[in-house]
Amino acid sequence: MKLVVLIKQTFDTEEKIELVNGAVADDSVKFIINPYDEYALEEALRLREAHGGSVTVVSCGSDRAVEALRTALAMGADEAVLLEQDGLPDDGHAVAAALAVALQPMLPDLILAGLFAVDRGAGSIALQIAERLGLPHAAAALKLEVRDGDSAGAARAAGGNGADAKPVKAHNGASWGSGDKVAVVVRDTEWGDETVEIPLPALITAQQGLNEPRYPSLPGIMKAKRKPLRQVSIHDLGLDAGDLAPRTERLALLAPPLRAAGRKLSGAPAEQAALLAELLQREAKLF
Amino acid sequence: MKRTALVYAECADGKLRRVALEALGAARLLAGDGGSVHAVLVGGGPEAALQEAAAELAARGAGVVHVVDDPALAGFAPEAYAAVIGAAVAAVRPSVIVLGHTAAGRELAPRVAASVGGGHVADVTAIDLQGDGGADAVFTRPLYAGKAFEQRRFLPGAPGVLTVRPNNLPVAEPVAPGSEGVIAALPYPAPPLWTTVRSVVRKTGGTVDLAEADIIVAGGRGVRSAEGFAPLAALAAVLGGAVGASRGACDAGYCDYALQIGQTGKTVTPKLYIACGISGAIQHLAGMSQSRVIVAINKDPDAPIFGVADYGIVGDLFEIVPLLTEQFRTLLSKPG
Ligand SMILES: Cc1cc2nc3c(=O)[nH]c(=O)nc-3n(C[C@H](O)[C@H](O)[C@H](O)COP(=O)(O)OP(=O)(O)OC[C@H]3O[C@@H](n4cnc5c(N)ncnc54)[C@H](O)[C@@H]3O)c2cc1C
Repeated sequence: MKLVVLIKQTFDTEEKIELVNGAVADDSVKFIINPYDEYALEEALRLREAHGGSVTVVSCGSDRAVEALRTALAMGADEAVLLEQDGLPDDGHAVAAALAVALQPMLPDLILAGLFAVDRGAGSIALQIAERLGLPHAAAALKLEVRDGDSAGAARAAGGNGADAKPVKAHNGASWGSGDKVAVVVRDTEWGDETVEIPLPALITAQQGLNEPRYPSLPGIMKAKRKPLRQVSIHDLGLDAGDLAPRTERLALLAPPLRAAGRKLSGAPAEQAALLAELLQREAKLF
Repeated sequence: MKRTALVYAECADGKLRRVALEALGAARLLAGDGGSVHAVLVGGGPEAALQEAAAELAARGAGVVHVVDDPALAGFAPEAYAAVIGAAVAAVRPSVIVLGHTAAGRELAPRVAASVGGGHVADVTAIDLQGDGGADAVFTRPLYAGKAFEQRRFLPGAPGVLTVRPNNLPVAEPVAPGSEGVIAALPYPAPPLWTTVRSVVRKTGGTVDLAEADIIVAGGRGVRSAEGFAPLAALAAVLGGAVGASRGACDAGYCDYALQIGQTGKTVTPKLYIACGISGAIQHLAGMSQSRVIVAINKDPDAPIFGVADYGIVGDLFEIVPLLTEQFRTLLSKPG
């Protein structure tokens, strides 16, 4: 199986966010692989262990993101690609367009990504890529299994809802995948744990709980230094100006509104409970 | 400002969700006076429920409600639902498309944005109209799980897609009688249905959806056991709220991860958040610190949660919470 994992380098979640001159200060900040992307990577490594194949990690970012890719290689990925963000506007449309073009020639059976990145929190890029490549997706995976799809095709035919497993056609007309494998995914939704089946090639995003990511081992770190890491410039991708034009623009970056210092109540427990109920009613006007 | 806005009106169990009405409110604002507002409503029976939802949207300012009703759409299938919204987009040609930032909305918005080649602004918590006659809409959204915010706008040229965070924007108010919108059937554009849903295991949670709850009573490791959530559930029941939890409580196995609030759990913005036995780690604050009023109950007077709480009670939750339940039972049973 050809497995591709999208990873993003993000701030450590423990870091304080400081705004300096209208930008987030990033000197002396610790950077990590986005935690959700780590689940995606771990799952890809396990799928390779079970089914064979290769794991390619892909990131779009600055030169600093090479560190994140090296960590991924040390965890066990086979090769890495850094799509340089120079020339890409600060907008999901262009980033998704560029990544989709970079990923397509890899003809992945499965693209794995995190549910969202903890910095922007939009959860947009991976699913935009699925749409651009014409792939089905399953979001927020808690469990993932890949198996032969014969029974699935039959089930779909019997259920009468939808097309047979088929080679996927991307928007630009290219197609890949023999459609003989399916992913069975338990996904986390507001309406419950939903088990779905989707034919490969497909894109799946990882939710917390999917697995426990491994740490890079010392031999892994040594080996990572010799594994291929390719840097691709967006000029190599042949994108047109329309793809690169931003669709949104940031106007301002703001610190969160400060919460006024609260009030600690005092008195015997029963008095405090009574006072709180009264304050919530009279002062906070909640009831 | 005069624009065409399209809303995806999400339903749950055949009923319109409140966030659908908040999205409709946003769409009306963005369409401006004299603009047109369309809604697309997706379902697979029972038809009566769908018609009721459509009537409510029409009564609250959707000029046209496009109803797509097909048995294949009974369960959420992202590619099929995205195709339906795509068909509505083709029919309506909106400049802006609004969805709720819910599990479904989060999946649909990026696909719709990519299919129309448009911009996507996710998890919007506030909308300001600026510029000449409110020509520019400025969207506020959290970054780093609420440790910062950004303001964004769409650039002209392609439709913009936004998702609105539940509980943050006002719902669309009813329009004057006689000016209700019309309801129209839209054919289901049957795309290949890639996703086959095999089963859904409903989570054992409260009856109130966390993301949309007005009041949340949350427990942390301080509840000490699964049974320790019982007094919290009793308080939530009296207040008509939902029960939530810290990751500490989930990790300890006291409750389901579905209840987890925080950076890697749900983001909530209720009117009232009562944190019981929760220390207030930064990852927990990320999910709840934008709540309107925060109450903290904690044994440790130095717990960081008191730093964000409007009202703090230093004490044992097993003593305080039942007392609060009694207070509210009396208070809320009094008329007025
Ligand atoms: C990458 C990452 C992501 C994370 N994501 C999340 C997330 O999404 N959500 C989240 O919540 N956490 C998250 N965490 C974990 C977070 O760092 C904390 O570990 C967690 O929030 C602690 O939970 P807690 O406050 O319930 O437990 P504790 O920190 O153990 O606090 C328990 C509190 O209960 C009080 N207490 C004990 N007994 C009583 C009593 N009888 N009455 C009153 N008070 C009492 C104690 O004084 C203490 O303050 C994340 C961590 C990491 C590293």
